[in-house]
Amino acid sequence: MVSKPHGGRLVRRIVADRTRERILSEQKEYPRVEIDHGRAIDLENIAHGVYSPLKGFLTSNDFQSVLDHMRLDDDTPWTIPIVLDVKEPNFEEGDAVLLYHDGLPIARMHIEEIYTYDKKEFAIKVFKTDDPAHPGVARVMNMGNYLVGGEIELLNELPNPFAKYTLRPVETRVLFKELGWRTIVAFQTRNAPHVGHEYVQKAALTFVDGLFINPVLGKKKKGDYKDEVIIKAYEALFKHYYPKDAATLATVRYEMRYAGPREAVHHAIMRKNMGATHFIVGRDHAGVGDYYGPYEAWEMFENFPDLGITPMFIREAFYCRKCGGMVNAKICPHPKEFHVHISGTKLRKMIMAGEQPPEYMMRPEVFEVIRSFENPFVE
Amino acid sequence: MAEEKKYTTVSIPKPLYDKIKARIEGTGFTSVSDYVTYVLREVLASLEEEEKEEVFSEEEEEKVKERLRALGYLD
Ligand SMILES: [Zn+2]
Repeated sequence: MVSKPHGGRLVRRIVADRTRERILSEQKEYPRVEIDHGRAIDLENIAHGVYSPLKGFLTSNDFQSVLDHMRLDDDTPWTIPIVLDVKEPNFEEGDAVLLYHDGLPIARMHIEEIYTYDKKEFAIKVFKTDDPAHPGVARVMNMGNYLVGGEIELLNELPNPFAKYTLRPVETRVLFKELGWRTIVAFQTRNAPHVGHEYVQKAALTFVDGLFINPVLGKKKKGDYKDEVIIKAYEALFKHYYPKDAATLATVRYEMRYAGPREAVHHAIMRKNMGATHFIVGRDHAGVGDYYGPYEAWEMFENFPDLGITPMFIREAFYCRKCGGMVNAKICPHPKEFHVHISGTKLRKMIMAGEQPPEYMMRPEVFEVIRSFENPFVE
Repeated sequence: MAEEKKYTTVSIPKPLYDKIKARIEGTGFTSVSDYVTYVLREVLASLEEEEKEEVFSEEEEEKVKERLRALGYLD
């Protein structure tokens, strides 16, 4: 059996066609609220159940409980506040408003609560720092001074250049069932795959029925691989190196928070909702800079015996010249001079210089794909 | 702002309390309450796990399968 949705039931907040037409024909009657891309993506994830059991943006009791206890007010594990901020509300509690992004009405929201909050407390509890150099902290500091909580209903899908690769929880659940997988390990990524990634994924796959590679598409930092490069690189890897009946690839849109250990749990919850039973937690998972220890995310999972998805902690892989293959620190007895670590930064430099990485670092088929792009990296 | 999270008191036999207290020494648990909360969450989660998962309507499932086939996820 695939995982039960978080909180028990898969949330779906998509209005029926006739209601949608009626709301859109009356759109001038609603207060209009403009939201940014990240919030629009959150909304899409709420509507499709990626964030089950959330039916909308957090009200203050849930918000404070998430900050203080990493749980919703009803005790369901929840680590990242999914909130909607506004500068100055042009509506009142009890109103229904329409949320717009880029001129498109995306959702109707029922405003249950308008409340203020402490940005510094938000930053320190979620990110463990209030350093504005941290991208997640910077984003919080730039938020409006009010948060609004309440349920949403999706009216329009956001434009999605990768719609054909984007599967929703309803779809992944049916897919896993049809493939006959009872245990599924999910892998979260923002990178084109190198051999180290492949090793970690295959080590995990050894113990379960299926591997679900789920790249996160969306906002990127300069120097990151472009979304299309990640997809095409994985397609090449799948074609040449993965068993067809035991691995699948689909993307999800999500804005990274870089909240390290807290966000690792959030990533696991999203994949639980998609049907995964296991989740690979990386070294310095969802980290940035030096704000979190390399294995802090692993320890975080100890707080959630009731998470409902099993974390898999697989050590970082490297090549050992003496072993003659990919290994990790637990299974290789040889001294450091035999070890070759695969660094994403080093690989990027080689690719930029048009130099082919050795095969124990990157599969030649993957390199070919990356090289076929004029500029594979975000500028 | 929300008020502080509410806690409640549950009675357990004193000898059991003492046993737990001895048991959690040197672990990450700072109190018997923490430990009891942890164990109860674990037990509840495993009970819920055994309940039946939700089912899609047949019609809906067929529509999803069609899309998955069209996209090449299913043969
Ligand atoms: Zn070795």
